[in-house]
Amino acid sequence: MTVLPADVTAAAATATQARRGRRGDGKAATGFMAPSMLGLLAFTAFPIVASLIIGFYNWPVIGSHTFIGLKNYENLLTSKEFHTAILNTFVFVLLYVPLNIVISLGLAVWIGSKGIRLRGLYRTIFFIPAVTPVVANAAIFSLILSPNGLIDSLMQTWFGVQAPNFLGSKTWAMPAVVMLSIWQGFGYNMLVFSAALDAVPTSLTEAAAIDGAGTVARFFRIVLPLITPSIFFAVVLTLISSFQVFTQAYVLTGGGPGNATTTMVVYLYEQGFQFYKMGLASAVAWVLFIIILVITVFQFIGQKRWVHYDQ
Amino acid sequence: MTSETPTFTPTPALGAAAVATTPHRSSAARKVRSRVTSVVSQILLSLVALLFLVPIIWMLLSALKPSAEVFTVPPKLFGSEVKFSNFVEAWNYLPFGRFIVNTLFVAGIGTFITLIASAMSGYAFARLNFKFQGGLFVLYLSTLIVPQEVIVIPMFLVMQRLGWVNSYQALILPWAFTAFGTFLLRQFFLTIPRELEEAAKIDGCGHIRILRSVIIPIAAPALAVLAVFTFLSYWNSFLWPLIIINDTDKMTVPLGLELFLGQQGQRWELLMAAATISMVPTVILVLALQKYLVRGIALSGLGGR
Repeated sequence: MTVLPADVTAAAATATQARRGRRGDGKAATGFMAPSMLGLLAFTAFPIVASLIIGFYNWPVIGSHTFIGLKNYENLLTSKEFHTAILNTFVFVLLYVPLNIVISLGLAVWIGSKGIRLRGLYRTIFFIPAVTPVVANAAIFSLILSPNGLIDSLMQTWFGVQAPNFLGSKTWAMPAVVMLSIWQGFGYNMLVFSAALDAVPTSLTEAAAIDGAGTVARFFRIVLPLITPSIFFAVVLTLISSFQVFTQAYVLTGGGPGNATTTMVVYLYEQGFQFYKMGLASAVAWVLFIIILVITVFQFIGQKRWVHYDQ
Repeated sequence: MTSETPTFTPTPALGAAAVATTPHRSSAARKVRSRVTSVVSQILLSLVALLFLVPIIWMLLSALKPSAEVFTVPPKLFGSEVKFSNFVEAWNYLPFGRFIVNTLFVAGIGTFITLIASAMSGYAFARLNFKFQGGLFVLYLSTLIVPQEVIVIPMFLVMQRLGWVNSYQALILPWAFTAFGTFLLRQFFLTIPRELEEAAKIDGCGHIRILRSVIIPIAAPALAVLAVFTFLSYWNSFLWPLIIINDTDKMTVPLGLELFLGQQGQRWELLMAAATISMVPTVILVLALQKYLVRGIALSGLGGR
């Protein structure tokens, strides 16, 4: 996202070039753009519009659909289950995003610090669960966290007490989902931060060191401000994706016990594809979209206070 | 982090002069201390990495145990026998082998289409001049912020009308035309100097030839990054296949694992063997791409996906 401003100017530059230069490559451009544009129209643009419309209908999968205006949204506003789903999603986001950023930044700094060898190896290790199937990751956690699983078994052996039934407990189910998500999720951000840290000119940190700045001071006064664009970028994308959390909660706990881990997308899936209320499910999707949009916009507004773009 | 002690004591800012006048002995002592710190730091980091890998290691160990010995107190690294046959059994149990073939097919074709469509539109945005180019590009970018959940419901209804429920094309096509691929390749194509194409142009090459013989060979690393991440996202995709596929014959790997997990009287050792198999292609791809990982991610901004 940080590339956006530069990009829009680049796009504008191409546009002026087009005006300046010859009339353009209309014919060739039509051919080159056709596959991607037709695909995007059919599989992205059309569904977006359709989903907005379906949200105003009572739309079962089989049978006729009827226009009901804002009724779906009203139902959502008054639905206790949907409130729980929103609350669960926010709990997940508030636990997951800060932990993800702190751990990925911490490890990126640690791996990049002086004297560490085999950096590529460590980066690869921490990145592996980010690419293995989420369902496979969840299956492992399901094995480890179940009664008599690895953790319970270790606790019985070492301390003589049973571990809580993590996945069957209303208290522990959400932390378990967060734990799985962190384990598999921070690899991308760690690599983003690694790239940013590699780009910090050593001349700056060396100059500060000669001026007597210690490691901690150098990190907080020089390195950290220089990589704020990457941190901003990572926070924005991580927030967006964490509001959409589905697979971890669905596979690990099925949204339960009760509805302890029913996130907004789990709720959407249940309403849409178990109860076949397509209109209501579309309304859920738009509420989710609007929440994400508002939070993202606020971040872009707020970034001026803490993100340093001047090199 | 905790890994480094300050190698420079806070002396007045006299720069090189101060360093030069430091007695030789204490500088050597400092060097030793700094060496010790980095060794300790390296050992600690290795322990953290090992701890991080425990779930994967436990998966491998459990995949090799006899059925009755997956859950034991105290936990054991190995069962009474090491059963490699679990992998064979997992492959045939549910048709897991079939799921693998399905997923390879879907991810392979999907990646191929994505690369072609993205390279073409990326080239158009980077090298051609046409009407509404800037506006169109902004529109492309704006589709990136729409969450997948908004799209899946109408898409399901469309697939139903088309009779594409439980079909390969329903798994492949909806996700093969992403603005993301176009954006990534356009960015990379813009960094290629135009002079390289001038010779080809003078020789009378058309745009297709230029794209194929000049641009694509140079952009191979970017194409590789796009190919790998597209393949992985097809391979790991869960929500959409869960919605559109309920026929066992067409299931992908994640659906198969979920089916495994949901069964009564689970065979955990087989599930872990299947999970191991499902990870193999992804790990191979990451190892193959290791060199490009950091650069590719910085280039594409795939973070948080």
